[in-house]
Amino acid sequence: MDKFEKLSGIAAPMPLINIDTDMIIPKVFLKTIKRSGLGVNLFDEMRYDRNGAENPDFVLNKPQYRSAEIIVAGDNFGCGSSREHAPWAIKDFGIRCVISTSFADIFYNNCFKNGILPIVLPKDQVRAVMTDAEKGANARIEVDLEAQTVTSSDGDVFHFEIDAFKKHCLLNGLDDISLSLEKSSSIESYEAKIAAERPWV
Amino acid sequence: MTAPTTLYDKIWDAHVAHEAEDGTCLLYIDRHLVHEVTSPQAFEGLRMAGRKVRAPEKTIAVPDHNVPTTLDRSKGIENEESRIQVEALDKNAADFGIHYYPVSDVRQGIVHIVGPEQGWTLPGMTVVCGDSHTATHGAFGALAHGIGTSEVEHVLATQTLIQKKSKNMKVEITGKLSPGVTAKDITLSVIGKTGTAGGTGYVIEYTGKAIRDLSMEGRMTVCNMAIEGGARAGLIAPDEKTFEYCKGRPHAPKGAAWETAVAYWKTLFSDGDAFFDKVVTIRGEDIAPVVTWGTSPEDVLPITANVPSPNDFDGGKVDAASRSLDYMGLTVGTPLSDIVIDTVFIGSCTNGRIEDLRAAAAILKGKKVKDGMRAMVVPGSGLVRAQAEQEGLADIFKDAGFEWRLAGCSMCLAMNPDQLQPGERCAATSNRNFEGRQGRGGRTHLMSPAMAAAAAVTGKLTDVREMM
Ligand code: SF4
Repeated sequence: MDKFEKLSGIAAPMPLINIDTDMIIPKVFLKTIKRSGLGVNLFDEMRYDRNGAENPDFVLNKPQYRSAEIIVAGDNFGCGSSREHAPWAIKDFGIRCVISTSFADIFYNNCFKNGILPIVLPKDQVRAVMTDAEKGANARIEVDLEAQTVTSSDGDVFHFEIDAFKKHCLLNGLDDISLSLEKSSSIESYEAKIAAERPWV
Repeated sequence: MTAPTTLYDKIWDAHVAHEAEDGTCLLYIDRHLVHEVTSPQAFEGLRMAGRKVRAPEKTIAVPDHNVPTTLDRSKGIENEESRIQVEALDKNAADFGIHYYPVSDVRQGIVHIVGPEQGWTLPGMTVVCGDSHTATHGAFGALAHGIGTSEVEHVLATQTLIQKKSKNMKVEITGKLSPGVTAKDITLSVIGKTGTAGGTGYVIEYTGKAIRDLSMEGRMTVCNMAIEGGARAGLIAPDEKTFEYCKGRPHAPKGAAWETAVAYWKTLFSDGDAFFDKVVTIRGEDIAPVVTWGTSPEDVLPITANVPSPNDFDGGKVDAASRSLDYMGLTVGTPLSDIVIDTVFIGSCTNGRIEDLRAAAAILKGKKVKDGMRAMVVPGSGLVRAQAEQEGLADIFKDAGFEWRLAGCSMCLAMNPDQLQPGERCAATSNRNFEGRQGRGGRTHLMSPAMAAAAAVTGKLTDVREMM
């Protein structure tokens, strides 16, 4: 898994609430059997018209946000399906961090498996970062995972909470399957126990 | 004395295979369901790392999202990418030795319908699937939730999931439902009340007389949409109805093992004084037949209401509502029952079970769908389809002018050819009304099977109570 330590980048403002996984990556792109190549279709239905031409009003099509590495979004980002194609597309586009007041559970977990840092901040702080993001290329926002801070272009520092284990894995780019396999003996003894207690399982 | 615990606490405690100091657990997974869309990358990951499936006997795969539901399957899947995805599952199931229901098998269907039907889903289990509607299986008192593809790979390799415990939430539906009100109206009304993020961080247990009165099919409908309310999972404590449903299913325990299992299952309930972090109570009598008007499942109103104004909301919802109304092509103040539709979709893991088809057929019997209406029924599994044919329901649908399809996800997410065209408006029994969900530019109104059947007849969103 990719590491995430620090990031200083342009943030794209997406104030819409309930941005769902169908918006992030519509189902026509779920037919792939690969993880890569989904970036061009990120937010496809908002980003392009029926003929595939770019919608100039969509934030990621504006010149100042084309190389955005952060998204600042309204409440409940990533709701909807479990498709990991959503973080795959986000990552493939070049976004490494999403900031919102809340995330849907499965999407939130999926981010960590892909080296993306989802940051939850209170409403007023998300609003402040959003205002900063609206300045486009004139504002670089800094994210520091070790310190758990978001720093606006004006130097305002916002602290965020994150689960210690998730932070550790992301900082070090750890593969959690290998980590879990190190606990094989616990899994084996658990299996032996349930084979006796609940044999029908 | 041990502290009182909830049903969720009990199932959780029974599945912790390892707990780290910070509370991060390896939760053991009893059943892993797999479909073709979210699994290819996971199997590929296993291959690349030279890993095996740890417990193939607990892993079940079935293709559902991409499969055509038109009648002749012998021609194969026309869309090349869809075909490749299904063929990849065929190969992965064979290579890794997991239980498989291929497209050609009469038992094939939507993974969340096949699991319970075949007796894979049982009370007290942990069930996961790379699909958010895994919540469905919570109807059995199983802790069931959706996972991403990386987690699918993790479960395949380790039969566990890295988890931290969620909080407990209770949703109590008291009293009795009025005629014409169904499990779908319960689950939509709950989301309408709590919002799509109201359950975030929680596992919901649904309780109360109105829930107990539901059949297993109805309970599955309620739990299916726990995810639309943001919850990790939905649960309903098992009871005699649950045991009755499971008994005799192909993979349910038999004989003495059955007796031991039932004795254990009877211990699976929340203690009377167990603590819930959040409690929501709704009177069954207060629930009306509902429809959605917007592009979020929380946009729920009784069919007797009017299209709302963005100004009825506050915060970010004002903009979201105005965007929704624009997308949905609706005018503020229009009675919902004046909204004209052109498509009806009955099916999905929310409402593709036999009871759903019975409810729709009861409304349709002896009637015809409105001229020009495109109406389709997609049974949730091959076995549901066969049973509906035996009960004469298929003939009722066909006589009314419905297409009678083969099993699959179909127009619930429109990955196969069953799609809405831009501007088309559909009365759907599925679970998501997101922009573009049923086809780019398509407009979705969610409702119960009986309400969808009523809409098919009148050509408008309709209060089913007027047709009963
Ligand atoms: S029927 Fe719809 S919601 Fe259910 S599994 Fe299929 S696509 Fe997902």
